Amino acid sequence: MNPYIANTNDDVQRMLEVIGIKSIDDLFADIKPQHRPKSFDLPKSKSEFEVLQHLQRLASKNANHLIPFIGAGYYDHYIPAAVNALISRGEFYTAYTPYQPECSQGTLQALYEYQSAICTLTNMEVANASLYDGGTALYEAVMMAIRITNRNKIIVDSGVNPIYRKILRSYTANLSIQFMETPVVHGQGDRGQIEKFLNDQTAAVILQNPNFFGAIDDHSDIVKKAHERGILVIESVYPIALGLLKTPGEMGVDIVTGEGQSLGLPLNFGGPYLGFMATKKEFIRKMPGRIIGQTLDTQGRRCFVNTLQAREQHIRREKATSNICTNVSLCAVQAAMFMSLLGRQGLKQLAQLNLDKAEFTRQTLAKIKGVEVKRSSPTFNEFTVCLPKDASEVVVAMIEYGFAAGFPAGRYFPGMERYLIIAVTEKRTKEEIVRFAQNLEAVLWN
Amino acid sequence: MELIFEKSVPNRRGFQVPESDVPGKAQIPDKYKRSADSQLPEITELDCIRHYTHLSQRNFSIDTNFYPLGSCTMKYNPKFTEVAARLPGFANLHPLLPQLQLEGGLTQGALQVLYDMDQFLCAMTGMDHFTMQPLAGAHGELTGVMMIAAYHKAKGNKKKYMIVPDSAHGTNPASAAIAGYEIISIPTNKDGVWDLPKLKEKLTPEVAAVMLTCPDTLGIFNPEIDKITKIVHQVDGLMYYDGANLNAILGRCRPGDLGFDVMHVNLHKTFTTPHGGGGPGAGPVGVKKELAKFLPVSRVVKRQDGTLTLDYDYPDSIGYIASFYGNFALILRAYAYILMIGKEGLLETSNHAVLNANYIKERLKKYYVLPYDRICMHECVFSASKQTERGVHAIDIAKYLIDQGIHPPTVYFPLVVKEAVMIEPTETESKKTLDKFIDVMIEIDELSQKTPQIFKDLPKTTPITRPDEVKAARDLDTNYFLKTKI
Repeated sequence: MNPYIANTNDDVQRMLEVIGIKSIDDLFADIKPQHRPKSFDLPKSKSEFEVLQHLQRLASKNANHLIPFIGAGYYDHYIPAAVNALISRGEFYTAYTPYQPECSQGTLQALYEYQSAICTLTNMEVANASLYDGGTALYEAVMMAIRITNRNKIIVDSGVNPIYRKILRSYTANLSIQFMETPVVHGQGDRGQIEKFLNDQTAAVILQNPNFFGAIDDHSDIVKKAHERGILVIESVYPIALGLLKTPGEMGVDIVTGEGQSLGLPLNFGGPYLGFMATKKEFIRKMPGRIIGQTLDTQGRRCFVNTLQAREQHIRREKATSNICTNVSLCAVQAAMFMSLLGRQGLKQLAQLNLDKAEFTRQTLAKIKGVEVKRSSPTFNEFTVCLPKDASEVVVAMIEYGFAAGFPAGRYFPGMERYLIIAVTEKRTKEEIVRFAQNLEAVLWN
Repeated sequence: MELIFEKSVPNRRGFQVPESDVPGKAQIPDKYKRSADSQLPEITELDCIRHYTHLSQRNFSIDTNFYPLGSCTMKYNPKFTEVAARLPGFANLHPLLPQLQLEGGLTQGALQVLYDMDQFLCAMTGMDHFTMQPLAGAHGELTGVMMIAAYHKAKGNKKKYMIVPDSAHGTNPASAAIAGYEIISIPTNKDGVWDLPKLKEKLTPEVAAVMLTCPDTLGIFNPEIDKITKIVHQVDGLMYYDGANLNAILGRCRPGDLGFDVMHVNLHKTFTTPHGGGGPGAGPVGVKKELAKFLPVSRVVKRQDGTLTLDYDYPDSIGYIASFYGNFALILRAYAYILMIGKEGLLETSNHAVLNANYIKERLKKYYVLPYDRICMHECVFSASKQTERGVHAIDIAKYLIDQGIHPPTVYFPLVVKEAVMIEPTETESKKTLDKFIDVMIEIDELSQKTPQIFKDLPKTTPITRPDEVKAARDLDTNYFLKTKI
């Protein structure tokens, strides 16, 4: 018997007597013989030690040694040890959704603090307690904008993560929603093209800052023109960049979403991540996902509860704002821990350090013959270069030198085969950056 | 308790950002900069550790309390799976590495985990293919319903409706509605299962699919399940299996053999990935081979030389439903768990989960109304109607249990049972723990007769007493920094 089953044979006998049956098989009498499995072909049990050995072997087959200059929305940031220590507490990770507030104040308060932290980071008024990831959060924002405006056309800037755009398309395939994609010029969203689509059938404009190519922008002008026609603006943001960048709140953005992986979550080969969403207070009842609110207990003490539950599927069923049930509570709490440790100054310094290292990398790469560093718009910790060769071939060659050299833009943008999108976080040292440049030069010219 | 923001003292640090080792300080033009710093707290690392440690102590959890929350399968989460998930070779793996070398060469180990899990889940459920991508159970439902829609579209079928039982999880109708279907709800009969004549009445050629969990949310396995799948297939409707209750039937039956065409599995239930205070979850979706071409991309495929690769070339696919390959760190935990307990352990799991639920049911049915008195599966549902007549509602019972250090069962769900108390003990709890719980439940029944008034002020032992939920919704306060009224 495995160590996770508690009943002894004695227990089983006594329990069967109470139930009044002879064997456990009798409990499955409703499953008729013709319903029994045709097969149940699974491996024999192994010890904990053997399983971990097997997993170690598998882990070693992953190219984890490559020094990452790849980002594209998912970044190799340092995670302070205190974050892992705290999130490993069983009281957090083995609890469930806080349906009973009296015995869930830990999770509830941590989530309220998370919502508040997201709000101060983005300068928005309200945030929910998380969604699955940055891509699905953007989809939820689109549905929310459609609910608010009762319109069905969506303008999507091509600087929005192409994976997110693919997600939007697949989710809305059976719905009458029309997407209009506008191009990126000189790194930034094409104002002229966006304006052409601003009309009384348009529900929202989706923008990203910094965008997929790394360019930063001030979208205030787009927001102003959109609002004149009753159109909402959705912006997907990179939270570490907000240590320095103009916030969506300052630009007047209506719904903010983003991928929160950079806030203390490991890369984990794609998940679990953290979708965050914040908006203006007037839209709170249209926002999907769990929302934690502060209130008082019967003795007048501050406490926290799930609130506005009447929007949710367990009450509204098919009329709910979203089908979401489980969110990513633990990831949100982890992000709250990360943001608390970094704090007001730490986050700003971290953002500045990312900026400095990226700028140094840009300057170093610009010295390589044939490498054209795009400078038409300012960037944060990621930027696009044009190479004299196909970028997808260059990244393969760079693997030999031990680098994950960046994201080849041609994978998602036909015609951009020579463009490479390079991310530089605080973890990249000067030595790594210099060696990266030397090896890139070797790959390009040897 | 103070908020972390209230513990902030200017110029305290919780983390030392390293000195820059590159020359120069870069500037971005003012136009693109935020005008004021965020108001994140300024605290020391110790402040942070104490704050969150104290917060954690204000939670019930599986590690500290019996947690028989019906329909949630709150079994013990083995610690070695946490070690597995944190192996650097997996935890530090960038999801776009496969885009650098398209043949999957950089991530063979991770792809092996995904591939093996697909095989394991197929073997357990009788489906032909799984996608690991859905990020939670409800996300799996939506993915499944999108595939159902794609299937009917490809066949030129005109389908409008999705049928769900009135006892269904709320996510079922919500997921179907989001995918564009109208919902038909079918009532439960006196035996706690679907009213077959009612189903037949509503089953028109316009029905796209029927969403069902079996055992259902009353914990009952429908012995006529094969009749249902047969009549639904007759109108070219598909059968969707909500895998929330899979813990009851491992090795006893497989949804695929019963005639289900699409299903999801909640890894955070049956395969014991931690619930995390409300996620992250993972909801892989399985299909029969007729629907395989609609599965989301990417798919992990094995090449002739035995190596694995990601294949995006499926023109009929519903497309991207998640950014990557699923909640990988959770899939990894579930994988480790399945490998460890193995075939024998999976069989034992359902045996003991069902035994424990029936034991509770038998011992408590003298005291609580059991609306459907028959063998149950992994959970049993009582009605507190008798106690309610004495003024003690399901919610009062829940609060009494909290004072006894027991997390309450699910209350007021399923909706078809008045004052429902839905108990799912799971296989990882011992008879001794169940006996303690049963004793407390009997005590509650006695107190409801003698002193029903004592329940109103419970719980008393928790950091807070009952919160004012009406105030929470009326005087909305969801952000510490927002000083104006919502």
